[in-house]
Amino acid sequence: MISFRDVHKSFGPKRVLQGFTLDVADGETMVIIGYSGTGKSVAIKHVVGLLDPDSGSVEVDGLLVHELNRERLGELRSRIGFVFQFAALFDSMTIAENVGFGLRRRRDLSEAEIADRVAHALELVELPGVQDRMPAELSGGMRKRVGLARAIAIQPRYMLYDEPTTGLDPVTSAVIDELMVRTREALGVTSIVITHDMKSAYRVGDRIAMLYEGRVRTVGTPDEVRRSDDPVLRGFIEGRADSLRPALSSEEELHVEPVQG
Amino acid sequence: MLAAIGRGTTGIVGGFGRLGLFLADMVRAVPDARTWGSVLFQQMRRIGVDSLPIALFIAAFTGIVLALLANATFTGAVPLYLVGTLVGKTMMMELGPVLVSLALTGRVGATMAAELGTMRVTEQVDALETLAYDPYAYLVLPRVLAGVVMFPVVIAFAMGMGLLTGWLAATTLLPLSTAEFVRGVRLFYEPFDWQFGLIKSASFGFTITLIGCFLGLHTRGGAEGVGIATTRTVVFSAALILVLDAYWAITLLRAA
Repeated sequence: MISFRDVHKSFGPKRVLQGFTLDVADGETMVIIGYSGTGKSVAIKHVVGLLDPDSGSVEVDGLLVHELNRERLGELRSRIGFVFQFAALFDSMTIAENVGFGLRRRRDLSEAEIADRVAHALELVELPGVQDRMPAELSGGMRKRVGLARAIAIQPRYMLYDEPTTGLDPVTSAVIDELMVRTREALGVTSIVITHDMKSAYRVGDRIAMLYEGRVRTVGTPDEVRRSDDPVLRGFIEGRADSLRPALSSEEELHVEPVQG
Repeated sequence: MLAAIGRGTTGIVGGFGRLGLFLADMVRAVPDARTWGSVLFQQMRRIGVDSLPIALFIAAFTGIVLALLANATFTGAVPLYLVGTLVGKTMMMELGPVLVSLALTGRVGATMAAELGTMRVTEQVDALETLAYDPYAYLVLPRVLAGVVMFPVVIAFAMGMGLLTGWLAATTLLPLSTAEFVRGVRLFYEPFDWQFGLIKSASFGFTITLIGCFLGLHTRGGAEGVGIATTRTVVFSAALILVLDAYWAITLLRAA
């Protein structure tokens, strides 16, 4: 189980999370939606200790993440797969080295076993036989799938997806969604998915939470979200430009000078 | 005005504070030998073997110039065999370590800052951490260790090259025999000469790699941030090399 408890996080004067509270049950896929820059990625980076909260806490399996020492944080991270927005593949390594990288931390696996697991993970994401290629030789969609393979190769208990379908065409997005669902079925993982893509949110989510002004505004099943009459949520789902206005801070608002003459 | 001075002072003190914490994190990564050991030799090759051509190139021309400069300075008033003394002492104690290290701020330091900076802005460093790797053990420590070990090796070769080309210039372009040149080299030679040069080289290697890793891992923004980190690495490293050079002269040469 992953629990966010009243998490506050600021970067300089910019307050990003302002009392973010959310529980993700075991085996559940929680989708977090929200406008760009509202702190969705910031929230999930707390789960793996890439960021520490200014106040509040994040618990994973009952462990307070920000209180773990380096060694115990390493142990926790080895149970969590993280898929980055732009894949974050190591560009100096081959695909096989990328996917097997997390496995090399383990002392109990031989080279042959690592190679087997790498091949299996690549098959799961429907990219068999690309082991010897370099990341630069792959398309954006393929790189994301390799990023997913790298995360699932360690056989995690938790999966965190940071905008896995952003920048992809609708068909490739659907493929990634299917892979997320399949990963959950194959590994029985608990997942958090960050996305702007409502089609993707409905396809993969057991529940959907909307992050707005630093905290959860709405949380519910895809059906409940579809039926919601919350104007902010409806504006986001329908992609209405006027719905963004309340989310803009005063300094971010557009000022249009009147045209003279 | 006062506010600007205050901000500048705060910035400098804050920078040294962050560098201190960075150093402490690097030291804490030392027990994780399995991680840094796996990439140490790769870094030693990149910093050492790959830097050898540029180091030898610089040393070769420095040796020639030193021999001819000594001759021009002596103007017959000083015995010419002392050309060997000047070439030997200067290559080993000063110009070998300093010139080669200044050149390697670009070859090694800037490369590290650009590489780690790019990894930072493309979230590759975050990816390392989520895969349970300590970036200090995997990225920083092997680079700094390789710098400390390989700078003296590269500069030792450069010293040898400088002496060789100094001898060649002296015996072909000046009225000096090999025996006289060697006599000059040996006249005031002490093992301390090369030891002094190599101690300095190790400290320069440490400084360049530490600054490159520190600024690289603290890169913010995109390509512009990487460019800033790279430029700062060259500027700060070059300045620190000259400061360290003076420090070693004050602490070791005064006592010698």
